Amino acid sequence: NNCWHDFITASQNNPNSGWEAKAVEFFKDHLKEKDAHTWVPSLNDVPLHYLKPNSLVKFRCLIQDMFDPEFYMGVYEAVDPSTKAKVLRCGKYKDVTECGVRSLPNTVTAERQTFYCVPIPGENPWVKEISSSCLGFVQARVVPSTSYAPTRQKRSYEEDDDMDDMDTQMQREPHTAGVQAGPQSPTEQHGNGDCKRRETEAPSSQTAPASHLDLNFPLPGEKGPSCLVKVYEDWDGFKLNDTLEVFGILSVSPALSALADKKDASSSLLDPTECMETAEEQRVHSPPASLVPRLHVLYAKPLPHNNPLLPSATLEDNSAFLSSTLSEMASVRAELLTFLTPILLGDALAAEYLILHLISNVYSRRDVLPLGKFTLNLSGCPTVASYTERFYQIIQQLVPSSYYLGMSLQNMNQMRFVPKKDYSANRLVSGALQLARNTSLFLDETQLEQGQLDTAGVRNVTALGNLITWQKVDYDFNYHQMEFPCNINVLIASEGRSLLPSDCQIHLQSQITPPHMEEYLSSIHVHPQASQLNKFRMYLSVARLLNYSISDEVTKSVEDDFVDMRKDDPQSISAEDLHRMLVVARLLSLSLGQTSLSRDSWLRAKHIELLRRSRMEQHTCVNGNEP
Amino acid sequence: MSSPTSTPGGRKRGRNTNPSTPSSEGPTSPPSQRRRGQDSSTGDLMPMPTSPATDMLSPAAPQDNSLLSSPRPSGTNLLPNEVDMSSPLMYGTPSSRVEGTPRSGVRGTPARQRPDLGSVRKAPQVDLQSEPPSADGAVTSESNTGQRLVIWGTDVNVGTCKEKFQRKVMVFISVVGDPVLNVNCLHVQSFDAELYRQLICYPQEVIPTFDMAVNELFFERFPDSILEFQIQVRPYNALKTRNMRNLNPEDIDQLITISGMVIRTSQLIPEMQEAFFQCQVCAFSTRVEVDRGRIAEPSVCRNCNTTHSLAIVHNRSVFSDKQMVKIQESPEDMPAGQTPHTTIVYAHNDLVDKVQPGDRINITGVYRAVPMRANPRQSNVKSVYKTHIDAIHFHKTDEKRLHGLDEDAEQKLFTEDRVQTLKELAAKPDVYERLSSALAPSIYEHEDIKKGILLQLFGGARKDFSQTGRGNFRADVNILLCGDPGTSKSQLLQYVYNLVPRGQYTSGKGSSAVGLTAYVMRDPETRQLVLQTGALVLSDNGICCIDEFDKMSDSTRSVLHEVMEQQTLSIAKAGIICQLNARTSVLAAANPIESQWNPKKTTIENIQLPHTLLSRFDLIFLMLDPQDEAYDRRLAHHLVSLYYQSEEQIEEEFLDMAVLRDYIAYARTYINPRLSEEASQALIEAYVDMRKIGSGRGMVSAYPRQLESLIRLAEAHAKVRFSEKVETIDVEEAKRLHREALKQSATDPRTGFVDISILTTGMSATARKRKEEVAQALKKLIQAKGKTPAMKYQQLLEDLRGQSENAITKELFDEALRALADEDYLTVTGKTVRLLA
Repeated sequence: NNCWHDFITASQNNPNSGWEAKAVEFFKDHLKEKDAHTWVPSLNDVPLHYLKPNSLVKFRCLIQDMFDPEFYMGVYEAVDPSTKAKVLRCGKYKDVTECGVRSLPNTVTAERQTFYCVPIPGENPWVKEISSSCLGFVQARVVPSTSYAPTRQKRSYEEDDDMDDMDTQMQREPHTAGVQAGPQSPTEQHGNGDCKRRETEAPSSQTAPASHLDLNFPLPGEKGPSCLVKVYEDWDGFKLNDTLEVFGILSVSPALSALADKKDASSSLLDPTECMETAEEQRVHSPPASLVPRLHVLYAKPLPHNNPLLPSATLEDNSAFLSSTLSEMASVRAELLTFLTPILLGDALAAEYLILHLISNVYSRRDVLPLGKFTLNLSGCPTVASYTERFYQIIQQLVPSSYYLGMSLQNMNQMRFVPKKDYSANRLVSGALQLARNTSLFLDETQLEQGQLDTAGVRNVTALGNLITWQKVDYDFNYHQMEFPCNINVLIASEGRSLLPSDCQIHLQSQITPPHMEEYLSSIHVHPQASQLNKFRMYLSVARLLNYSISDEVTKSVEDDFVDMRKDDPQSISAEDLHRMLVVARLLSLSLGQTSLSRDSWLRAKHIELLRRSRMEQHTCVNGNEP
Repeated sequence: MSSPTSTPGGRKRGRNTNPSTPSSEGPTSPPSQRRRGQDSSTGDLMPMPTSPATDMLSPAAPQDNSLLSSPRPSGTNLLPNEVDMSSPLMYGTPSSRVEGTPRSGVRGTPARQRPDLGSVRKAPQVDLQSEPPSADGAVTSESNTGQRLVIWGTDVNVGTCKEKFQRKVMVFISVVGDPVLNVNCLHVQSFDAELYRQLICYPQEVIPTFDMAVNELFFERFPDSILEFQIQVRPYNALKTRNMRNLNPEDIDQLITISGMVIRTSQLIPEMQEAFFQCQVCAFSTRVEVDRGRIAEPSVCRNCNTTHSLAIVHNRSVFSDKQMVKIQESPEDMPAGQTPHTTIVYAHNDLVDKVQPGDRINITGVYRAVPMRANPRQSNVKSVYKTHIDAIHFHKTDEKRLHGLDEDAEQKLFTEDRVQTLKELAAKPDVYERLSSALAPSIYEHEDIKKGILLQLFGGARKDFSQTGRGNFRADVNILLCGDPGTSKSQLLQYVYNLVPRGQYTSGKGSSAVGLTAYVMRDPETRQLVLQTGALVLSDNGICCIDEFDKMSDSTRSVLHEVMEQQTLSIAKAGIICQLNARTSVLAAANPIESQWNPKKTTIENIQLPHTLLSRFDLIFLMLDPQDEAYDRRLAHHLVSLYYQSEEQIEEEFLDMAVLRDYIAYARTYINPRLSEEASQALIEAYVDMRKIGSGRGMVSAYPRQLESLIRLAEAHAKVRFSEKVETIDVEEAKRLHREALKQSATDPRTGFVDISILTTGMSATARKRKEEVAQALKKLIQAKGKTPAMKYQQLLEDLRGQSENAITKELFDEALRALADEDYLTVTGKTVRLLA
């Protein structure tokens, strides 16, 4: 970390040396090293006030909004306060200029883009736990964010200790990474002072950040820092809702917020910058740095998944890992099946479909048609003993990010599902459907009660329907709508057939008689061992990332099968059914660790589809009124 | 010094923007004047009391005259010397207002300040000969007259520039009595590239020069005309219309044109242009101009030498109108997956309130970057600039949409290469097949339906018959798809909706009549009634996709009658009565009423739509499961390959969606085919043939509506070929497609014949004939019964059934009874049938 300061100071006097490219190269190289990322503190895990300003940090986040590009002084001329000499300074990676800026001729204007980033919505606790325990220095102190409740009188002392502790830790780490660490530089001490000062305001901000500043998290009840991420190059490559791991320089200069405060106070008529932004806009675009820190990006890495158990390299590059996992997949699958079956009231077929659903993924789009989605409607869920909540808790244990949405009338009418542009604050107000890719959305339809949906409710249900059918969300831009493709696994738990469309409906066949349900449910509240859980988690994430193909032979036999089935009874199978069977076959193969479709898997897919359909027909007959 | 008569209190109160203020002579003359080393306090014209001649010279002049105390120029015909280098700098400054008395002539007409250009008057001129340029190395001095004056920091030579522009104006524009002159920059470029470059790079200096040139020219030609203020030049269409996303630091202080949509306009901001200070001690007054948003408050009164005695007098200061407009990228210009950018625009003076939120505009202006204000108490400042655009010209791109076709808006910019590719594509003999297969490739087969939709996308040629009283002739093709659920109708609709730039997608279930048309609501902010347009109006010149057409309520459907034939929407609500254009093609999808298509029934019976509406569709297609082995095999292959082919393979196989989109846009904009002689003959023949088919069986099988459909389809097909002429092949294809659609939808299930009357009257001719027969049989039966005034309903039905050899349904029987009742032969009351005669 320290090298950064040296680098900056060394290069600042010589702004045109092309150091920028070199610096980025330097960091990229270092971060590629095996466990290099472990010694960079993460904003996700370490509370902001324990981090040094102007140090290198990382942040695992989702791009929630994109602000306008801003022009900044790339190079400017300043007067050194001590020597009174004119010096050229570099404004890159900084929010605030040092010393007074002088005349304009020598200023170089450059452009950068700001993204508003939030932690990945719906990230499950186990992901946070595991990724924070990866960090060497946090391991020393168990759970950093919660263990801190120091008493007021003792704070400063204890804080100093802690800070020293951390500092030494942080200095030690660079050693291991082969970066030289010098004695504490004056800037660092300054940084310490800053931290202490901010310590006083941090607790209040943590307890009630929403009271005066809406941090715009997509899901209600989310916590964590949001961040203004400043990108200096290739910002066109980023898209809204991308998940990233950002390495950058933390900037929490109090001057930023001070400026904002002053702005509010004084309203001079003649300042042209004054009337450009409304108060809300000010608040959103330059919030106090203690709440929303700025992060100047050196390197941003798109995350294909946010499962910390998987190695950071892509699967293709990691053939050893891939082959070892592939060989194990069939056995893990069997284990998972036995684990899930009792949860689904002893229904093995439903458990199998649930696995298929959990590894589904929109892998491609043909014009408007998303391929690979597999929305599952689990009907026949018991409504007693908060079965659905318990069920969701299990899912939560398995997937990296998920969200439980009870489809109660109140939720449907009052929650904001679709993000909406707020023009007066000039930002995209988030909604519950602004989710990262591969998030599991659990819709609990058993919560539905009689009543009337109002306009907002109807719009929300339509949005859910669109999400399921087309895997897209139409964001509301007031004057027009804009379509954002998404990739969300939707699981609907309902009593009867869901009112929402779904790719596949399976009726739960309970092996337990209703009177014993309560008893049974309380007994299945199983907590598997961590090692087993981790195996499941890895399995699900890997299966989703695998490639898949169909050979010509199998294509032929699938075609033959289809034609034969149609010959016998044209009503039995439609094009839509074939679509679904192809998806089921694909997911079935992947779940077994096979990257191409075999004849066996196809037959098996046909078989389980047949079972499912016969069950549905049976159910229709019983109920009679089901459409 | 101060003129004694120039103190009418209220004259400059409020946001008075009329800059013809009297007597601004004083210690604060612009520095340009001081630069010339003259006595800056007097300028070149001495203040004089109001001359009585003023009123005589221009008795019709507005209010100002009597109040003006400014000096009179020596005469109206006094034109400023061309080489008077001070004039550009005096332009728009207080000193030029001094000459404002006679309301004609270039000196007489008050110049209006141009806050949009900022403090141009501060720009010093540099004589290249005496003082070599320092920073920017301005070298241009093309003038051979030895005049080597350029505006400092630029290479703009005032004289040359002016001259050039005057010549340009002579070439291109004839001035009409309008105080604003809009100048197309493309014309400037074609006239003189160098001048154009200067205009783009130094708008702040060049535009005032243009102003001056135009005024000189104007008053030279029309020395007696009276204008409210001097003519202002408003250039537009600079270089290329740039995307907001492309703006970068190099564009700062340059003239740019960008397009976007207005999302917010601020309240009106009175911006001080000139502050009025009065000494508290001696009442000496002075004026200070605002320089870059700041006023240098004079600390010493020059009259009595008291320090800090001057106080600002607000209602005698001069303000100008200013408004902040926020614009956002148009959705079409944006890359997928990103959010739109916004830019702040300042509108000044008469441009204020020219645009409303929601307007699509092209704006020309100067791009500015202002550093964030340094805080006096802090040495650190934010290293960020605020950017905005000072608007010079607004052009609303959708202004005319409500009234007529706006060709500009439709015109997408096609590069030469693109046009070349498109033309090459059009030259291919199988372009029609290629395009139709490129349409929704993920949907299998249904070739004819895709072809129909393709023709719909191109549309027919617009014809105006308003002179003969017919009004506009519908050029848009309407298509209805009906068929079994799960035959990817919705997918086709989604595809079309995604393909066309102005498409709307609604579902019949979820939309109400107002949602489709327009509704009046009270704006929450302004409390004014505003007209909110619905899907049909929004898709004007586009396609409105309506899914689940059958689930639409009758009242909703009824609004479609007007739209689908007259292409307008009439609204009479809450005092707003208007007719909106809705030249939209309707692509609707309907499910059969019994969830499965019943082949034994007619289209009308299957989808239960009023025939009045059905007849407005040019093509009605059935999307049915063909249930045929070969088809199944191909379908299976198609689907399987969909699931494993990689993106690249797909790309190779089919035309890119973007190419298709451009192709359609190009054809829609530039190709306007007309019927050739042979084609008209072919159409006539086709129509006559269609009529003949029916007449043989005693029914009519074609109506003029069908002929119109044929013409539209033929024109659309000619557009596909990029042909300016509709030829016989187009008519052939139109005929074929029309027949295919008819065969599918208007086949009488009882006879197997194509019968257009199913669509036009809702009942096939055979069915009508049969009804007649049953009624006659019933009548006979009743007559045979003799003198029974009343009969049991059930009894009668059974008798008739026993008598007739065909099965008689209850419905048929009821219809027969109704027919007889219409003849006043009998009445039906409850379960009894009474004879009337």
